[in-house]
Amino acid sequence: MDTLAQALPSLGQAFVMIFQPMQLLYLIGGVLLGLSIGVLPGLGGIAGLALLLPFLYGMEPVSGLALMIGLIAVIPTSDTFSSVLMGIPGSSASQATVLDGFPLSKQGHAARALSAAFASSLAGGLFGAVVLTFFILIARPLILAFGLPEMLMITILGLSMVAILAGRVPLKGVVAAGLGVMVGTIGAAPAGGSLRMSTYDMPYLVDGFQLVIVGLGIYAIPEIVSLLRQDRAISEGGNLGDGWVQGVRDWWTHKWLSMRCATIGVLVGVIPGLGGSVVDWLAYGSAVQTAKDRSQFGQGDIRGVIAPESSNNAKEGGGLVPTLIFGIPGSGSMAIFLGGLALLNMTPGPQMVRNNLDVTYTIVWSLALANVFGAGLCIILSKYIARMTTIRFTVIAPYLFMIIAFAAFQSRQSALDLAALVGIGILGVLLRRFDFSRPAFLIGFVLSTQTEIFVNQAYQIAGARFRRSFEAGWDYLLSPITVGLLVLTVVSVVVGIRAAKHIRENIDAPTGTKTAPAIFLGVVVAYLAVSCLDAWGVGRVQDKIFPLTIGLVTLAGGLILVARMLRKPAGDDVFIDLECGPEGQAPHGLWSTLGWFVALVVMTFALGLFLALTIFLLAFFRLRGRFGWGRTILASGLGLGFISGLAAVLGRDLPPGYLQTLIELPWPLT
Amino acid sequence: MTHKTIAATIVAGVIAAAGTVQAQSLGGQTVEYTIPFSESGGSGQWANFYAPRLSQALPGNPTVVVRYRPGAGSTEGANWFQTQQDKGDGLTIFGDSGSTKFPYLLGDPRVRYEYADWKPILASATGGVVYLPPDLGARFDGDMDDLKDEVYLYGSQGATTLDLVPLLAFKMLGLQVDPVFGVDGRGGGRLMFERGEANIDYQTSSAYIANVQPLVDGGQAVPIFTWGALDEAGNIVRDPTFPDLPSFKEVCEATAVCETEGTAWDAYKAFFVAGFANQKTIFLPASASQEMVDTYTEALRAITTADGFMDEAGEVLGVYPQLIGAAAVEATRQATAITPEAKQYVLDWLKEDYGITMD
Repeated sequence: MDTLAQALPSLGQAFVMIFQPMQLLYLIGGVLLGLSIGVLPGLGGIAGLALLLPFLYGMEPVSGLALMIGLIAVIPTSDTFSSVLMGIPGSSASQATVLDGFPLSKQGHAARALSAAFASSLAGGLFGAVVLTFFILIARPLILAFGLPEMLMITILGLSMVAILAGRVPLKGVVAAGLGVMVGTIGAAPAGGSLRMSTYDMPYLVDGFQLVIVGLGIYAIPEIVSLLRQDRAISEGGNLGDGWVQGVRDWWTHKWLSMRCATIGVLVGVIPGLGGSVVDWLAYGSAVQTAKDRSQFGQGDIRGVIAPESSNNAKEGGGLVPTLIFGIPGSGSMAIFLGGLALLNMTPGPQMVRNNLDVTYTIVWSLALANVFGAGLCIILSKYIARMTTIRFTVIAPYLFMIIAFAAFQSRQSALDLAALVGIGILGVLLRRFDFSRPAFLIGFVLSTQTEIFVNQAYQIAGARFRRSFEAGWDYLLSPITVGLLVLTVVSVVVGIRAAKHIRENIDAPTGTKTAPAIFLGVVVAYLAVSCLDAWGVGRVQDKIFPLTIGLVTLAGGLILVARMLRKPAGDDVFIDLECGPEGQAPHGLWSTLGWFVALVVMTFALGLFLALTIFLLAFFRLRGRFGWGRTILASGLGLGFISGLAAVLGRDLPPGYLQTLIELPWPLT
Repeated sequence: MTHKTIAATIVAGVIAAAGTVQAQSLGGQTVEYTIPFSESGGSGQWANFYAPRLSQALPGNPTVVVRYRPGAGSTEGANWFQTQQDKGDGLTIFGDSGSTKFPYLLGDPRVRYEYADWKPILASATGGVVYLPPDLGARFDGDMDDLKDEVYLYGSQGATTLDLVPLLAFKMLGLQVDPVFGVDGRGGGRLMFERGEANIDYQTSSAYIANVQPLVDGGQAVPIFTWGALDEAGNIVRDPTFPDLPSFKEVCEATAVCETEGTAWDAYKAFFVAGFANQKTIFLPASASQEMVDTYTEALRAITTADGFMDEAGEVLGVYPQLIGAAAVEATRQATAITPEAKQYVLDWLKEDYGITMD
């Protein structure tokens, strides 16, 4: 009751503070900016907030907060557009939306999927705001109850989602996930800084691969290449079926699922250190596990859209709890949000919640209002934006690739970002072609660093407790929360394996010759062997044990697959090769399509991105798009204008190439 | 003399003439203020604090944009700045941090930059407070002699990061500290302390005031000492933000095993200056003219002496001196110099205690 008595008056004061024309204007400004940034694949909260920071200095705190919250709150709403319409995760928190959202839009139900997603986002976002209101006063003990063993168990629960997403041959899913974990360990170890699969001669590798690049490479490039080869519209019928009203109705039918996933989102958001990238998978997994009819998941089940979208908006409200009461950022965008608060002369922490509760509560109102504005706008627009799926994809693809290249380049601002994007993209293309689960790979990658850190730290602290006494050690490891999570993980794996049969990324399972699948598996196994050897050579035990263990397990899985290849005939599922199915009959070849992107990267190294893009766009529209010269020049000019405008607004240079080291060129050629 | 060099000489002459007449006005131009970190972090905050103020104070009110060049623990961005040393027109400035200075001091193979080339124009200090849980804090009486039998766990970002200073300090005080590496930021270490997993921690001053002071008031933590601050003669004195707390130097003097002279102390002091007393520095490239250095120094003087600056800075940067002019140059010299013996001492210690080497 105390909490309520404390909360309600401040909530009222905050309401008065935010419902001023000026503040609402700032809020809507933030919402519109967030919508525009979120729509672009690969650009999310970090890019948006970084854009705002220079303007925050000297701003009135409530206005500045409204601007920032408006932006943060709608990004998980608007990033759905690229997930559903193009099969490219708009940000790391909507990776799972792709699984069912994209098949829906291929079937011509894009508007329905989008509006169901936005209704879920709205519900999740409002739920998050309500939770934030009360949690912020009482969450401290709950957050402190989650020590390292508990966080490790949540991470493992996240990894157990691999069981559901493993695909037709479960072992292939395990190998894909293990490979993801191993790619995540490349670079300097989090504990002691030992180098794994990298050297100081290649500084780029020392920091490891960034999630943005891996996410885009694994999802975006394979989808773009596959759609480009078909040379038609995304929506297979080329028309839009049932519209946005149906989507909202879908959400209403599954409102309890939506609420449950929002709860998952808030909880994962509240615990600092877990980050948002796992929340959508947990929600998706929970939806699958509790569903009675699982046959449509992965092929366009609306519940597969509602679940992750309810959770990722709720996560923002949850994520603000530790950010505000501990001053600890739970994610990259929250870290910049903290920087923004400092520019507004606010220091988050217990004092801010205690002394400025009214100002703090304007965050709650901003969050709720931004979700309403954002979802409302998106639902109204969804009908129109969904028409994009009826346009011939060859016209969209070069722009998409341009934006993705730009987004990838934001992570380190090195031309090598583009090389990494295409390199991982080729891996993604091959994983898709040979039916290795890409979601499993991504889950492995996303959770790799966290798992390693939590394992090492929990081991070290448990060791210190055990040295004190045996009970102290077990008390630390086996808290009720860890035991509960352990049970949940076991249940999740068992149910997951049963459900996995139904969830297929690819409906057909064509097989052909043994050669191509065998070569790919051989390369994967060779890489795993080399990285195991490399891990063996690491001097520090703490830095070596995790990659070595996971590497050996994955290697064993790979070798079993090799054995199965030797024993079974060419028609076995282990030899699935999409090139032998309808994909192989597409008008354009796999490698020639991929060649366009490789050429763009090579030209970027020589001439810098701007000149390379000029040549790429002109050539692509003319040769592949078969445009006349007039339209080719117009289309290329539009793209170049857009990308230079984006770079100018964000204050970034475009990647330079070898040419730029020889002569000074004016912007944007630099 | 070829045509090209004649042209260049004329252009240079015209620019020089314009410079003397116009007092280095940067009007209508864009100053790129590069930091070797991403947006999310203390350095981003620091740069975004100074950027708009510089824009107001520099002659001609140029636009000042912050550029981020993260990578390889900030050495990538610093290596990039080393290649920009011919851009002395005042439109390129660079801000580093302790984590840029540490690899330089340790001789990290990734370092291809040379601080002696750069021209420091501002040096920002910060400080930190070490604290213990109440049961251990109650046993603190000005020295660590009674506390050295305890086993300590410390949540650390890594031995070659800014945490090198506390780890070295703990070692000098004779404490058995097991660092739990891989913690994400100092905030992660604090959370570990609050959960009772770690039992010694430090926070930089502003984070301490916001997040640890409430714990101290609630009896859940006890501050024991600060890293201290440098006085004008270069001695470590009490931190002006926490005048009631002893400095590390006082505690070290009172503790039997700790020495305030010799190789260990020299090493500690070098890294303390690089990591705290002159943590963040703004540089102009080597080719910047003395006029340009003066232009910036005047602008920064106007900023740091403006009414209310210390209050505004206190929120973001802590209440610490922001050195300019000769003081910034001297502070940077101290922060980037180490005796070969002290360097070897630290390298040996890192290798022996943590198995970390620099190659």
